[in-house]
Amino acid sequence: MTDIQVTSPVRDGVGASAPRPDGTLKVTGEFAYASDLWMDGMLHGATLRSPHPRARILSVDLTGALKLPGVEAVLTHEDVPGAKLYGVDHADQPVLAIDQVRYQGEPIAVVAADHPETARRACALIRVVYEVLEPLTDPRRAALDPSYEKVHAGGNVVRHQPIRVGSVFEADVVVTGEYEVGMQDQAFLGPESGLAVPAEDGGVDLYVATQWLHVDQDQIAPCLGLPPEKVRLTLAGVGGAFGAREDLSMQIHACLLALHTGKPVRIVYGREESFFGHVHRHPALMRYEHGATRDGRLVYVKGEIILDGGAYASSTPAVVGNAASLGVGPYSVPNISLDAYGVYTNNPPCGAMRGFGAVQACFGYESQLDRLAEACGLDPVEVRIRNAISEGSRIATGQIVDMPAPLTSMLEQVRDLPLPEGVSTDLRDLPGGVANSTHGEGIVRGVGYGIGIKNICYSEGFDDFSTARVRLEVIGEEAAVLVHTAAAEVGQGLVTLKAQIARTELGVPNVTIAPADTQVGSAGSSSASRQSYVTGGAVKTACEAVRERLLELAAKKLSHDGLALSGGKIVSVSGIVVASVAEVLGDDVIEETREYRHRATAPMDQLTGQGDAHTQFAFCVHRAVVDVDVELGLVKVVELAAVQDVGKILNPIALEGQIHGGTAQGLGLALMEEIQVAGGLIRNPSFTDYLIPTILDMPPMRLEILENPDPHAPYGLRGAGEPPTLSSTPAIVAAVRAATGKSLMRIPVRPEHITGT
Amino acid sequence: MPRIKVEVDGVTYEDDVEPRLLLVHYLRDRLGKVGTPVGCDTTNCGACTVLMDGMSVKSCSVLAVQADTHDITTIEGLRINGALHPMQEAFHSEHGLQCGYCTPGMIMASIDLLRENPDPSDEEIREGLEGNLCRCTGYQNIVRAVRSAAHEMSHSEVTSHD
Repeated sequence: MTDIQVTSPVRDGVGASAPRPDGTLKVTGEFAYASDLWMDGMLHGATLRSPHPRARILSVDLTGALKLPGVEAVLTHEDVPGAKLYGVDHADQPVLAIDQVRYQGEPIAVVAADHPETARRACALIRVVYEVLEPLTDPRRAALDPSYEKVHAGGNVVRHQPIRVGSVFEADVVVTGEYEVGMQDQAFLGPESGLAVPAEDGGVDLYVATQWLHVDQDQIAPCLGLPPEKVRLTLAGVGGAFGAREDLSMQIHACLLALHTGKPVRIVYGREESFFGHVHRHPALMRYEHGATRDGRLVYVKGEIILDGGAYASSTPAVVGNAASLGVGPYSVPNISLDAYGVYTNNPPCGAMRGFGAVQACFGYESQLDRLAEACGLDPVEVRIRNAISEGSRIATGQIVDMPAPLTSMLEQVRDLPLPEGVSTDLRDLPGGVANSTHGEGIVRGVGYGIGIKNICYSEGFDDFSTARVRLEVIGEEAAVLVHTAAAEVGQGLVTLKAQIARTELGVPNVTIAPADTQVGSAGSSSASRQSYVTGGAVKTACEAVRERLLELAAKKLSHDGLALSGGKIVSVSGIVVASVAEVLGDDVIEETREYRHRATAPMDQLTGQGDAHTQFAFCVHRAVVDVDVELGLVKVVELAAVQDVGKILNPIALEGQIHGGTAQGLGLALMEEIQVAGGLIRNPSFTDYLIPTILDMPPMRLEILENPDPHAPYGLRGAGEPPTLSSTPAIVAAVRAATGKSLMRIPVRPEHITGT
Repeated sequence: MPRIKVEVDGVTYEDDVEPRLLLVHYLRDRLGKVGTPVGCDTTNCGACTVLMDGMSVKSCSVLAVQADTHDITTIEGLRINGALHPMQEAFHSEHGLQCGYCTPGMIMASIDLLRENPDPSDEEIREGLEGNLCRCTGYQNIVRAVRSAAHEMSHSEVTSHD
């Protein structure tokens, strides 16, 4: 009997489709999102934003706002007690505008009042006199023309990263292309919100929906003129993130108002304000020239990628690093001359969004591979197989891929999946659907492929780590584990994984996940597909430390050598159960805190881009099948198939959800999602005019998940959230090209690009 | 100011409301029923979907005064004797949610969908939920959850008739 107990794995451990611990609360409406927070006597904050993308502020008159009954504070940059500037990477962004504005929507003043409407009315009563200036909105000139006016005194180039490899830039077959990527929005469903509560010690407690509590704390505290320990953050319920919560939005504003009034202050953005309140995906202008042998083997790539960072730096340096280092894709290229630029303009600020830098480049290099296939008379899959990297290959930075990279088999696998049935006769399945725009006439089917490479975790020498505190004790006669990290659950399911890891490592079914806050060390950001890896690694390491102490305790209490923990029991060398965990613990509590770091990365050489900049690579390949109404330019994606290598599946159902969701966001970028900016002004800041895929836009998916472990990563896992967002976009566009014969150099593809009208 | 009498999740409320007050703000700010979230302000996302006399409505596109004398069910009123509604159970077990912000609206719209069509095909599920946006899941597991709930609900009805 005891043998059976010993060998049975713990339920809902690593590898199981364990249910989400927050799932019940989320299906009953009890899960508290940041916008649901409430305190008696709290005030409501509102933000006055610039209507102009570029202007000098000649005067600000607060009189009318201050006179409005119910208003308790109206603050400008003069009321910021500490540092006036903040930023996730460079501190270049004013908490509140100082004498000038650099983008439409830049905050100028904040108001706290007894009702949100009073606060908004007070904003409308603030009189700002502007000297409106011509906005600087041309990213190519910002990158390359030294005579272009400057958005910031230091110049318009935030980062220029060249890649220089080899010297042969001639080939028998040459294909070129100029590509453009529009500005995508993360469009999480739960707008920015948080509640700041002034504390008795002169500090502030902030409950907020964010992606990285500690980097928020690092930016907020200096602006408030407070030491970090007096700015305590707790994660409130997060309604999606996708990069948009990596930068601050309302955090400092709410804290300023709370400290100024001595009352709790809540700020909740509406959807329109959300479009102005967070950074977006960088739009990109790309030029590529691919040279190859007649049989389609790449000889060289020349490229230029210009990423428009808008008014402030945000994550632009890292976006440029990804675009440059992954700019030729998962292909072996002996000669490369590529330049990636991230620039300032007076367009909306851009920063992190799922797959940043790599997403834009992937549309460029994959479009080029299709052109090369056509020029060489090859199948699109075959040309990719001929050039794909594999384990041991070098990427553009010279870094050797020292983990499985089974791209050839992934491509073959996705190609060989069964294709969906032919064009439907049911008009609901056709482009245009029940709009009854066709009964099948003008419909052409196309198939396309895309593959992408994404760096997982932070790169380029960043000290990337996470912290976990694990506590083991007896509660109600049963062993219980408490896992405490500061890692942000943004929907991805990290709370589930943390509990699964603790169950597996300690064999204890009863695991509780403590709320994420700054009372434990930093977990780093919930971005770069890194939390399973890094926070997962931290939880695993802390559990191992707890296990070691438990066995020491067992050896002492039981006077027994050679004990092990197996199946949640203390067992002897011969595998006989000698005690339960609870029996060994008694009244003792074991608590261990551990930091986990992935192996170090190195900066890229500033002139050649060479260096081991990344710790892990992840790959996904997509096949898209589309039906196109070539007369009206309407596209129906019929099916998306994906093959992704994740190293090790920790939770199958949650992992599938990540791949589905990432694929859908790539579909949006391919066909519909764009913040339309003209003269620095956003023309479509609503879900009426900014379209994200509906359930009818997103087709059924076929999914094949591979497990080729990365020997360097915990459990061999690979980060999984971003890769599907890279490859679905070029696959869909390639399918539309195959159906229409159009070149389609810009995404999102619009009907007029297909019809040519 | 008009006075309304409305039943919400089985409790009758009488309140004076401004004529312009939206039902969703009445639910959230007056009754404290914050389980019904606001996602877009423009009737696109469906996160705020509730049932009015059993039929789904986006509560941001209904005035509180229009709910007068009507019966409103929100996500917070779905439990039966403390047990999850089969649709809630299915969204949880089939992983039909990630951040969960769209989930209350998805569940309410799906319940109305099954009221009209207890045994929908995947295509019919998709048509029925076209007015509800989800940014996380790519919708695959939402379709699966509704299919699973439909199966469960038809099965439990059969048993209850036995």
